[in-house]
Amino acid sequence: MTPKQEWRSIGPLSAIPQRGARRLGFGIDTKPIAVFRTATDQLFAVIDECPHRGGPLSEGIVCGTTVTCPLHHWVIDLSDGVAVPPDEGATMTIPIRVIDGEVFIEMPRHMPGTGQGGAGER
Amino acid sequence: MDQLTPFTPFFPDQPDTRPRLVVIGNGMAGMRTIEDLLKRDECEGRDPRDRYHITVFGAEPHVNYNRIMLSAVLAGDKTTDEIIINPRAWYEAQGITLVTGDPVVAIDAANRTVTAASGRVARFDRLLIATGSKPLVPPIPGLTLPGVCTFRDIADVEKMLAAARSHRRAVVIGGGLLGLEAAWGLKQRGMSVALVHLMPTLMERQLDAPSGQLLQRDLDKRGIAFFTNGQTELIFGTERAEGVRLADGRSVPGDLVVLAIGIRPNIDLARAAGLEVNRGIVVTDDMRTSDPDIFAVGECVEHRGQVFGLVAPLWDQARVCAAQLAGDETAMFETRPVATSLKITGIDVYSTGALMAADDADDEITLRDDNRGLYKKVVLRDGRLVGAVLYGDVADGPWYKQLIENRTDVTALRDRLVFGQAFAAGAVAGKTGPDVGAMPDNAQICGCNGVSKGAIVAAIRSRNLTTLDAVRAHTKASASCGQCTNLVAALLLQTTGPIGEVRAPGICGCTAAGHDEIRAAIRTRSLRSMTEIQAAFGWTKPDGCHKCRPALNYYLLCAWPGSYRDDPQSRYVNERVHANIQKDGTYSVVPRMWGGVTTPGELRAIADVAEKFNIPTVKVTGGQRIDLLGVRKEDLPAVWGDLNQAGLVSGHAYAKGLRTVKTCVGREWCRFGTQDSTSLGIRLEKMCWGAWTPHKVKLAVSGCPRNCAEATIKDLGVICIDAGYDLVVGGNGGTEVRVTDPLVRVATEAEVLEYTGAFLQLYREEAHYLERTAPWIVRVGIDTVRRRLIDDAAGRRALHARFLHAQQFCQSDPWAARVAGEEAHEFVRLPARVEA
Ligand code: SRM
Ligand SMILES: Cc1cc2nc3c(=O)[nH]c(=O)nc-3n(C[C@H](O)[C@H](O)[C@H](O)COP(=O)(O)OP(=O)(O)OC[C@H]3O[C@@H](n4cnc5c(N)ncnc54)[C@H](O)[C@@H]3O)c2cc1C
Ligand code: SF4
Ligand code: FES
Repeated sequence: MTPKQEWRSIGPLSAIPQRGARRLGFGIDTKPIAVFRTATDQLFAVIDECPHRGGPLSEGIVCGTTVTCPLHHWVIDLSDGVAVPPDEGATMTIPIRVIDGEVFIEMPRHMPGTGQGGAGER
Repeated sequence: MDQLTPFTPFFPDQPDTRPRLVVIGNGMAGMRTIEDLLKRDECEGRDPRDRYHITVFGAEPHVNYNRIMLSAVLAGDKTTDEIIINPRAWYEAQGITLVTGDPVVAIDAANRTVTAASGRVARFDRLLIATGSKPLVPPIPGLTLPGVCTFRDIADVEKMLAAARSHRRAVVIGGGLLGLEAAWGLKQRGMSVALVHLMPTLMERQLDAPSGQLLQRDLDKRGIAFFTNGQTELIFGTERAEGVRLADGRSVPGDLVVLAIGIRPNIDLARAAGLEVNRGIVVTDDMRTSDPDIFAVGECVEHRGQVFGLVAPLWDQARVCAAQLAGDETAMFETRPVATSLKITGIDVYSTGALMAADDADDEITLRDDNRGLYKKVVLRDGRLVGAVLYGDVADGPWYKQLIENRTDVTALRDRLVFGQAFAAGAVAGKTGPDVGAMPDNAQICGCNGVSKGAIVAAIRSRNLTTLDAVRAHTKASASCGQCTNLVAALLLQTTGPIGEVRAPGICGCTAAGHDEIRAAIRTRSLRSMTEIQAAFGWTKPDGCHKCRPALNYYLLCAWPGSYRDDPQSRYVNERVHANIQKDGTYSVVPRMWGGVTTPGELRAIADVAEKFNIPTVKVTGGQRIDLLGVRKEDLPAVWGDLNQAGLVSGHAYAKGLRTVKTCVGREWCRFGTQDSTSLGIRLEKMCWGAWTPHKVKLAVSGCPRNCAEATIKDLGVICIDAGYDLVVGGNGGTEVRVTDPLVRVATEAEVLEYTGAFLQLYREEAHYLERTAPWIVRVGIDTVRRRLIDDAAGRRALHARFLHAQQFCQSDPWAARVAGEEAHEFVRLPARVEA
């Protein structure tokens, strides 16, 4: 009867800047998660690691539904996590939704995620 | 597949009576021929689509692209989109049927048809073979291992880029132009690169031994490991390539092996069709093969025993072939001297004609300066120049080539020849490259496309061209390898007059508008937000991109200092977070040390912070201050808070803004000091800190001409002398070091401050975003800067005043603001609650 997934609240939509991102205080399998909000209030969550060399995507410039990695300027499409050609690679996307101004993301339950590790952690 | 299906004619409702021209090879020479053919008709006022029903077969899945620029794509300087020559829409507009990804497998010369791999058959009345060449592959074991590739087309570059992402080491076999550019590109992509070359020196067919050695020395310094005199015996590895073994037993490890040892004309189809072939497909001066209705151009041909490997002669072939196809039977191809250069940033090589004296009767004159890495050699025969090899400074290359081509008698110039055109002409040797104004009209500017100064100037005048792109489109000058771009830009400037007219390439892919246009509109049309600019210039993407957003944000900030509200989301991470991001996602913190002077109290505070926050590295920077490296983002505000307590503020080491003002000890201590350079540096830094600029800005003040503060490679330098202060501008370090140009000598510190403020404001208002002072001055000319700052005293004072006005709004410490809570969301992670 235990569900495989669970929705976790990560706070109000207003906490995330438009055309910006926040990193979460926990991750999946020690990988950090980034939550993005576009100019038109679309929301995306992805593992905060660039498929190139693990750069923190949450620090990039958000344009439309893409983010440009701050380290070497790869452009990642947030809707599927895939790098825009000619670059190749992808980062994992995580389901996300807003209910009454509160944001939830869907976490796989068997991966509690400790929030440790990943770029930016020493 | 659709076997034997004829193509739909261009005008489906009318019988198509046009003769059919089929082209095999959608590459550089073939498509240039078609472009030239269409252009001829256009010039004569007829519809170019009327002459032939054209069908083009390309083996590659892409449209026609600039193969030369694959090196730039590999090095990350260009994307594949940027090297496309003609998009699909062009083929459609010209009524050309384009078949890509379907190589022709047979030519039936008797029945006038070609058959492609898919089974498609096309009938032709005339056929053009432009199949280029194939990379030469040595007969060694291991060629079929994954991780082995050649360097010829987009697919090869994609393979290399994939390897660069997932693997560390590359071996390039071949030390010619292609191999070196491959090695450099892979190095730029972060691989460690070894290069194996059969001969003792690099590029031995284009360079003599001394220049080849200089080249090797410079590339060696940039981290490429060379194995010369190396004969590759085999590629080893089990799952994929693991390295190569040389005949002398050396072994070179590598997960990627790139073969770049040469090319072989692609003649298989022609041979099977019974056409006369030798090394290449044999053509006569009119570009016809042994079958008069079958033409051939490009690297696949052999003309009077010669085969080709650079584009310049291919463009001549294309022009002749187009003329012949249009019925002009007088057009004849003849070979001209070619010149080679290498497309590696910061490495300048040029070679044309003979590399060395053939015998005692020939004369060689050499100029060599190992310190500056300069080498020049000219070869003379019977009072005429027959060859030139240049390394380090290649500005005179086109001039030498011209002398060779015109068979000019250079006896009178002999002694001065090697010093270059400016010197030979008796003028003062300028350091800003050749003077385009002094060049004769027939001087060749673009070697690849054979375009003369006269042709460029005529095109600019007759068609009122104002942009580099337009000049490129109309004349092809600088459209191939791009090495002559600066010369073409200089001609454009000179011909169109005021610099405001020249439109550099667009600001980004979101709009066709260029930087200058946008900046002008911000002022004249009073555009005050990004949305207004984007609306005014028809941005294609509502949100812009990571290239235009930071630029627009800066332009608005500069134009409306008091009222525009900075947009943090349009800033690169460093400027948004006020610290430099490091490769592991941590940050570095560099507090300001005014003029490089610090105190025990400041040092103690830095030491305490480093211990308290476990900061792994404390380093003295090249900018006379201290860097704390490896700070976690969450800790930044607290670190800054502690530093602020000791009076330390942001050093803006992350900013497109004022970085450092380096000083020397000066008159206060030094026995040679003429003025108080340290306190002048501090005054300058106090005036300029906090300013946002198009790119970073660094200043320095040296107390005497010994110049210990390295003022002559700064954006603005002050060199103190007994009589006052020499101001120099437009220098930088970096990959292309540039020494400053002298600006002015002044008597008082007050004048130093006024000129500095005015210079920075001029730069802030007129340079393009991400253009440092050095390239800006190269673009607009130091004379323009002198005119605005020296000749126009009122203008200078106004610039200075505008600088000080803008400074009021940005001289507050961004660290203190964040310690006080500004942009707090940046530094805290989002919490999460589990839903019950
Ligand atoms: C920290 C420092 C190296 C050091 O440990 O000494 C440094 C570090 C970086 N330099 Fe530098 N440069 C440092 C002094 C210099 C100097 C020396 C100087 O200022 O006298 C130069 C040559 C002078 C010059 O600027 O012309 C220098 C020329 C460059 C360049 C080439 C600039 C050019 O116009 O070609 C780059 C690349 C760029 O900016 O695009 C660069 C870029 C960088 C970047 C920003 C690379 C990057 O994009 O991440 C490095 C940031 C490291 C960081 O996060 O802190 N750095 N860099 C020095 C900081 C000085 C400071 O106190 O602020
Ligand atoms: C990385 C690199 C850098 C270079 N740098 C320079 C430089 O700086 N300066 C310079 O002057 N030159 C340079 N060159 C050389 C220059 O690119 C060539 O001289 C030029 O491209 C030759 O033109 P081409 O039309 O003969 O051949 P290509 O441009 O190769 O075109 C031939 C085309 O025909 C196609 N083809 C072959 N067989 C068939 C078939 N059976 N059916 C259909 N299509 C077929 C091929 O796929 C290819 O697309 C460089 C080359 C490379 C690879
Ligand atoms: S600090 Fe400067 S020189 Fe050193 S690796 Fe970084 S960019 Fe290169
Ligand atoms: S890590 Fe993202 S582009 Fe290099």
